[in-house]
Amino acid sequence: MATGQLACDCPGKMPGRRPGGADATRDDGATVSQTATADATQASASALLTIRNVAKSFGKILVLRDISLEVAEGEFLTILGESGSGKTTLLRIIAGFESASGGEILMGGERLDNLPPYRRRVNTVFQHYALFPHLTVVENVGYGLKISKLPKAELATRVEQALEMVKMTPYAGSKPSQISGGQQQRIALARALVNRPRLLLLDEPLSALDANLRRQMQGELKAMQREVGISFVFVTHDQEEAMVMSDRIALLRRGELEQVAPPREIYNRPATAYTAQFIGHTNLLGGEVKDGVARCQSLSWRTGLRDGPGLFSLRPENIRPAEGAAGATVRFRGKILRQAFHGATELIQVECADGLRLSLRTASRENWNGEIELEFSPADAVPVRPSQEKT
Amino acid sequence: MFSRAYRAAITVPPLLWVAVFLLVPYALLFCYSFWLVSPSQVIVHSWTLANYRQLFDVKVYLQTLFRSMGIAARVMTFSLLLAYPLAYYLSFYAGKRKELLYQLVIIPLWVSYLVRAYAWKTILGSDGVLNTLLEYVHLSRHPLEFLLYSPFAVVLTLTHIYTPFAFLPIYSSLEHVPRSLVEASHDLGASPFQTFWRVIFPLSVPGVVAGATFAFVLSLGDFLAPLLLGGPSGIMISNIVVSLFGAAYNWPLGAAISFCMLALVLALLFLSESLEKKWSFR
Repeated sequence: MATGQLACDCPGKMPGRRPGGADATRDDGATVSQTATADATQASASALLTIRNVAKSFGKILVLRDISLEVAEGEFLTILGESGSGKTTLLRIIAGFESASGGEILMGGERLDNLPPYRRRVNTVFQHYALFPHLTVVENVGYGLKISKLPKAELATRVEQALEMVKMTPYAGSKPSQISGGQQQRIALARALVNRPRLLLLDEPLSALDANLRRQMQGELKAMQREVGISFVFVTHDQEEAMVMSDRIALLRRGELEQVAPPREIYNRPATAYTAQFIGHTNLLGGEVKDGVARCQSLSWRTGLRDGPGLFSLRPENIRPAEGAAGATVRFRGKILRQAFHGATELIQVECADGLRLSLRTASRENWNGEIELEFSPADAVPVRPSQEKT
Repeated sequence: MFSRAYRAAITVPPLLWVAVFLLVPYALLFCYSFWLVSPSQVIVHSWTLANYRQLFDVKVYLQTLFRSMGIAARVMTFSLLLAYPLAYYLSFYAGKRKELLYQLVIIPLWVSYLVRAYAWKTILGSDGVLNTLLEYVHLSRHPLEFLLYSPFAVVLTLTHIYTPFAFLPIYSSLEHVPRSLVEASHDLGASPFQTFWRVIFPLSVPGVVAGATFAFVLSLGDFLAPLLLGGPSGIMISNIVVSLFGAAYNWPLGAAISFCMLALVLALLFLSESLEKKWSFR
């Protein structure tokens, strides 16, 4: 295995400035220091790619608005979104296939967005691989190196190592049409990584594979990313895939960033109702906060929030059958409406006396019937911002 | 699946058509090529290779055939040189004007061949549009004679007429080059120029081969352009065949030449097909 052979030759040596980022607000909610000097020493030492206020419109249709995002050196960032959310457009702007209508993109502190795609040290794995059909596997993988006029001997070794890394050495002489989809996928990956880009872009590369191969490739991709240490920007519409693979997830909704956070945080502390619903299942509880008590129909619990309307996300797995004495938990009774078997767990829908319907997830057990006593702890009811229905 | 009667009903008519209008005439022609014309202008049904021998013995036939191939090769070259850039521009850069420009390339095909050939006669003649213009702007004092009744006129006219035939397959092959491949090439560091030569052009080769074959084969068999614009130096092999079947009344020799042409063209088609196959990757 060619450990580290393909690693970017400059990790950590980045000049790493966040030019003029004094008043920028980071998307994970943390406010960036107002003084540029303090900022330069910390956050941006690892910022490889900076996307600042990027917008894109096709004619009158606004596809992206005011996107600001950073990708750290060696980070696996996933851009997650439904179809039509603008995620592929954002990727294509980074690659240089589309130009932004506004804003700027910097790589290692230098403007990237005014370079043509062939001058960017960014490589892409395309959704349908886009392998050159008239070239063999070896020629496909060596394409970029040949263009950069690498000496023949070195080219051959690097191509060989890349093929070895994706376990495709036996297919070196094949044409793309002679190998399977999963194999084409590996070649596409090798073809991009062999150039030692500073950033690898992946446009739903696993969407054409069947479920099993897909899971396997998710693991391999993640392992490979750790091995080569190159930053990956991965586009997908599959939230599970995003959670499994990413260091951070940027959730895009109708051209705007909804939330950017590590998978655990985005799942456990969703910022908006949309995030809570898009990533995993959730119960959205709408109610009122008054005098430190949140009230949602017949349920109520203590909260530190200010008075006003409140919206809470309560994950189904945080509701459980009540046990022992009532402590700090919120208890209520519910009538079982439906039960869906999911293997290790069951998803159960209950209806409270006041008509409130909730889903809960428990370990599998046969036949839930009648009414049960349930509980959840107030800390699991995460306050979220309402997401307006946009048109 | 289908009844025998149904299958017969859909296969027999086209087969009959091909047999009556293609195979039988060719078979007849093939027979003729082994017969002779007696001095009293009667076709003698005795089998001989004399016609084929005459083809190689009498210099003018081979000379004309080579000249025809030369003209056809030039028409092919010029058609490709005109059609490829046009098709490339249309396919990759024309944007919204694509449809309109495409129609502009196609429309001349609706105009009668004869009209187009005569148009060139009007343009190239000694009192024609071009010469009049050249004299008017004092670029020449006497009409340029080489313009009309020359191989030049034939090549020019045939190029004009057959360029759309070269354009169509090239355009179609360029339209089928996945744009993601062009992006992938740029992504891997190749400039537009490198991308053209390493990706776009190789993938358009089948179209180029088909277009070249059209232009070459169609002009090789052409007889109207040389008849109208070629003059004595622009005679092509088909003109000889026409006269052998007409005024000269030597059907057997005409048939023999036709068959040699047919063999040549079939060989070319076979070659072009194998080239297209070798260069197609879908």
